[in-house]
Amino acid sequence: MKRLTPYLLVLPGGLWLAIFMVVPMVFMASVSTQEGDVVNGFAQTFNVGVYGEVLGQYGTQFLRSASYGLAATAVSLLLAYPVAYWIAFRGGARKSTYLLLVLLPFFVSFVLRTVSWKFLLADDGLLLAPLKSAGLLPGDFHVLQTTAAVIGGLVYNYLPFMILPIYVALERVDPRTVEAARDLYASRRGAFTRIVLPLSLPGVFAGVLMTFVPMTADYVNAAILGGPENTMIGNIIQTEYLVNNDYPTAAALSFTLMAAMLVGIFAYARALGTENVLEAAAR
Amino acid sequence: MDPRTTPAFLRGMTQSRSVTRRDAFRLAGLSAAGLALSACGVQGRKAAPPKKDAVADYWASKQKNGTLRFANWPLYIDKDGKKYPSLELFTADTGIKVTYAEAIQEMPVFFGKIQPQLAAGNDIGHDLMVMTNSIQLNRAIQLGYLVPLDHSRLPNFAANAGARFKNPVWDPGNAYTVPWAGGITGIAYNPEYVDEVTSIEDLWNPKYKGKVGMMSDTQEVANFGMFALGVDPDTSTEADWRRAGDRLRRQRDAGLVRKYYENDYIEALVRGDVWITMAWSGDVFQQVAEGKDLRFVVPAEGGTIWTDNLCIPKTAQNPVDALTLMDYVYQPKIAAMLVEYINYIAPVPATKDILAAKAAGEKGEDKEFLEQVATSPMIYPSDADMAKLRSYTVLSTAQEKVFEGIFQPITQG
Repeated sequence: MKRLTPYLLVLPGGLWLAIFMVVPMVFMASVSTQEGDVVNGFAQTFNVGVYGEVLGQYGTQFLRSASYGLAATAVSLLLAYPVAYWIAFRGGARKSTYLLLVLLPFFVSFVLRTVSWKFLLADDGLLLAPLKSAGLLPGDFHVLQTTAAVIGGLVYNYLPFMILPIYVALERVDPRTVEAARDLYASRRGAFTRIVLPLSLPGVFAGVLMTFVPMTADYVNAAILGGPENTMIGNIIQTEYLVNNDYPTAAALSFTLMAAMLVGIFAYARALGTENVLEAAAR
Repeated sequence: MDPRTTPAFLRGMTQSRSVTRRDAFRLAGLSAAGLALSACGVQGRKAAPPKKDAVADYWASKQKNGTLRFANWPLYIDKDGKKYPSLELFTADTGIKVTYAEAIQEMPVFFGKIQPQLAAGNDIGHDLMVMTNSIQLNRAIQLGYLVPLDHSRLPNFAANAGARFKNPVWDPGNAYTVPWAGGITGIAYNPEYVDEVTSIEDLWNPKYKGKVGMMSDTQEVANFGMFALGVDPDTSTEADWRRAGDRLRRQRDAGLVRKYYENDYIEALVRGDVWITMAWSGDVFQQVAEGKDLRFVVPAEGGTIWTDNLCIPKTAQNPVDALTLMDYVYQPKIAAMLVEYINYIAPVPATKDILAAKAAGEKGEDKEFLEQVATSPMIYPSDADMAKLRSYTVLSTAQEKVFEGIFQPITQG
């Protein structure tokens, strides 16, 4: 029995993964190489050419998604690190209150939050109308349906996923190590770059992972805040699947996206010098 | 040759084959995956053409059950607080209790949800649903997902439905559907910023750069591209689609189009994000009735007419009750209750006089509103407008692929 315990412990999670992850993946892989249409049915023809086709047809959107994901991750990181730092080292007794404030927007539905931006940022809306009438902005200036709006929406929606892991990592930094560094004549800056920053890197790594992946695959922000030039790959997959019922193309797009992101993440892990991606993410 | 003396056989039996355990597992995994891959092909599902007596066959054994599950779009039935007066009347008159669900937000998404269940022959939880004449409705008909209607039990439809709502191209003889309400896709604009619009060309007017709204639905946008070229979508060819695509592409590349909208174009128009946009008649009517200064026109080159249609899924549990409601709403009295709330085109022309008569008996705001409904060209389009209106093209699945391939890259760049 003792020998079996670890297997029994892993069984529920393992089954969950097998049923809800592996089975759909195998199914999707199968669908991606089928040919046909929804009315006459799809038949398996092992048509691998579809991968080349979707890359050719939607290469722009893939690149755009990646660049939006990267840009939004970078902005999130720049915003999140100081916030996490401040809460961890200066939050004092109110730390949990500040954390709650960070999470508070999550108590409102994701779509609702994004839609409310449309009202705030409308051309003649609360924010722009006064600035325009004061002559601070040209009359045809607009925020909605621009790249900035989409990236802003992404950052806004995923920021807490960046703040929390960085906070957890910083929170675990023993203040005595910083004191020791100062005692050894390190400048404030030196203590930060040589002690605090390296110790917080696993948090940064996890934060980047938890924001970059969903941001790149996101389609709600592009659909609500974007314009014709802001379509992301998620929008294409949604259209192919739900509007065209072209399941093979949608499946091939999803797999390509997944593969590209996996490669990207492992390259990133290597560049950051983390030996084991999963371990770092779990920390 | 005796296998025992064959050198290759001996070697194979006595030496390591340099296939490690891991390799064996990998091979086994691959072939299992290969098997799985070929096993989950999606079977062809196209329905056989309906038999002549399909209607009689289907309805012969069906009984009235006294309950009905009705799926509709949001804000698409008369409502008084939490009650639906027309459905309450229906229950009082027929003894059929109705569970009403606002389950449909968008045709592709709804169809995506019900399609696997219908394909498997499972109950979708609705006995009656409202589907727009669209690629999805065509698919549902082609795939045999809809119940053929027994017109001998639809006397009110026969007597009261307007001629233009009978026998549509996408469903000859109303074999599977009857209209719930219809609408026009035309142009809406804000007269504060935009001069009077009569032509579709104004959607290409550089004066409104970045303030033009177009629809993301490919059929809607394609129709407008074709109208701009003077092509009737009904008789259009692939070459016409490509020319229309070029025309729309130029509009987009010139930066004229702010966004390809779904049903959120109306908020964008009200908020001032766009000044001129493709629009659905009922949405604009409701905004105008609320006091917004907006105009709606059917452009001289043409506009699109569409209908949302009642239909019964093949897995309905209470088809007789569904058919009863289909006929019930074609009584002018009930149809008038509906149009007064819905503000889209009523398939029963007699409602116009009923509403006008009702307006005469009311006072103040109610009177004004009812008169507005009864006289609005958005709800009772003039013959001149009707003459300009065209339907969506009915596409075969092969055509659809070409069609989507031309127009989707424009709205989904």
